[in-house]
Amino acid sequence: MTAGFLFASAFLACAVEMVEALTIVLASGITRGWRSSLTGLGAATVALAAIVGALGPALTLIPISALRLLVGALLLAFGLQWLRKAILRASGYKALHDEDAIFAREIAEAKTAAHEERAGLDWYGFTLSFKGVLLEGLEVAFIVITFGSSGKNVGLAAAAAGAALVLVATVGVLVRAPLARVPENTMKFAVGVMLTTFGIFWATEGAGGSWPGNDAALPVVLAFVVALSFAAVALLRRRRVALVAA
Amino acid sequence: MKKVAAFGRFWWNFVVGDDWRAAAGVALGIGITAAIAAADVAAWWFLPLAVAVVLWLSLRREARASR
Repeated sequence: MTAGFLFASAFLACAVEMVEALTIVLASGITRGWRSSLTGLGAATVALAAIVGALGPALTLIPISALRLLVGALLLAFGLQWLRKAILRASGYKALHDEDAIFAREIAEAKTAAHEERAGLDWYGFTLSFKGVLLEGLEVAFIVITFGSSGKNVGLAAAAAGAALVLVATVGVLVRAPLARVPENTMKFAVGVMLTTFGIFWATEGAGGSWPGNDAALPVVLAFVVALSFAAVALLRRRRVALVAA
Repeated sequence: MKKVAAFGRFWWNFVVGDDWRAAAGVALGIGITAAIAAADVAAWWFLPLAVAVVLWLSLRREARASR
């Protein structure tokens, strides 16, 4: 059960961030040339692999209870950020994430940027692609490392991230357009729920608490976070409707 | 100096995000869970409750600000 949650969480988180990274790489490639854009993508992938390679083994040296406390706190911090934004979007307080609009904005900015060549590459195209992939990938790298080390299954978390990468990259190459049809907001909601669930579970264990039924408590925590999120969406929607009507 | 500040700002935004009070609430919740567990009392119930309160307060703040 835990392995299934772990795989699904890492897969969804990676897929969501990859969709966003793909939008930036496509905008860079179309306007500034594919060589600079793909070199930026490659350099960022190498940098991310180096971060995972350095941090992954280092985390395994930390005692499991301290690791779960640290990881639980980090996941809760990340999870609440994702969940908060997802709930605000679902209740109409925040605009929905729109890959088409982001793509149009990136294209417009990239078209007006000055051409500067460094190392035979269009520097704007390279840095746009590099920064986009690195920043979108960093959170995923943290999720993969923390999930993998806390769940004692780095391989499974990495496999989930790899599967998402292959899927998004394949669809991206076939479509060659931002993946606007991906239910990104729903996926972000799901990732927020899962990160918060694992955060609560591991932070409690790391703080010295123990769950009734051990791992069997995880689905109960998940159900609690889902119920909490839907209740928050319903309450905020009602407040919004009352405000509009007033 | 500017680069150090930018580096610090990046990590602050990355971990804490745009609501530091939510992050502080999470840290406080984990601390209280540890204190309850240290007193040999069942502590598993506290963090879910704390997260519910922290999340709702954060959402309410954001909803009021966006009026």
